[in-house]
Amino acid sequence: MNSKKIASYGLFIALAFIFSYIESLIPIPFPVPGIKLGLANLVVIIAIYGIGLKEAFVLSMVRILLVGFTFRDPSTLIFSFAGGLLSWLTMAIFKKLKLFSMVGVSILGGIAHNIGQIIVAIMYVNNTSLIYYLPLLMISGVVSGTLIGILGALILKRLNKFLD
Amino acid sequence: MKKNDLFLIGGIIVFVFVAFLLLLIFRTEGSKVLITIDGKEHKTFNINEDTTYNILLDNGEWNILEIKDGYVKMLDASCPDKLCVKHNKIRYNTESITCLPNGVDIRVIGGEESDLDAIAK
Ligand SMILES: [Zn+2]
Repeated sequence: MNSKKIASYGLFIALAFIFSYIESLIPIPFPVPGIKLGLANLVVIIAIYGIGLKEAFVLSMVRILLVGFTFRDPSTLIFSFAGGLLSWLTMAIFKKLKLFSMVGVSILGGIAHNIGQIIVAIMYVNNTSLIYYLPLLMISGVVSGTLIGILGALILKRLNKFLD
Repeated sequence: MKKNDLFLIGGIIVFVFVAFLLLLIFRTEGSKVLITIDGKEHKTFNINEDTTYNILLDNGEWNILEIKDGYVKMLDASCPDKLCVKHNKIRYNTESITCLPNGVDIRVIGGEESDLDAIAK
């Protein structure tokens, strides 16, 4: 790992941290902790396209740990990990398939994030009816996923000069 | 943005629309309110009998539930996020209010007898 890579890691984690803080200030009327607009996902998707899949995975996990211990109750970590893992996996697969642009990939990542958290919540309270929240969360996934995809592509264009 | 992105967005919107429609058509009013703590059954109420109930957990945490006019809502809770308190009141079968920090889940169950059940008897 060269120094430039380490520097970009630091930059990305700092960015993800700031976005997570901003998000923690915006309340979302949903009972699952960690279901958010997905601003932090912006950094993860930029990392997927800008640095690499593995690096994006590490970044995503480090972010969850940091945010979990800073802004949230650490007991909600399992929800964040389930969401982060499923989201990263989905985005990695669809990036490889080349079916969609960053917009489509980020929408699918956002929805996968929510599905991961709902699955944990269902196991946690033993109530499968929580699945009925999914349609609503899919709509929020489309809206925020589209915004993040467009924004991510713009930022990546500018960042590429620095990352190369 | 690729053409496929638009197909994806369109597909999701159609799916969500159909899902909402189906949920709306097939929803029935519940008859009972089931409280579970950490996934285990705690207590059941009749949804048509107005009452206020304090769910007291062994670890000192609590949730106060109100059943009134056929609706269920969480009046107050000791959890840090208060998401359960902000949740809309519920009355239809399978609707639930979940307080994840406390592990408390309130759900409406036992929808009205369907015509099929009546025939079976
Ligand atoms: Zn609560």
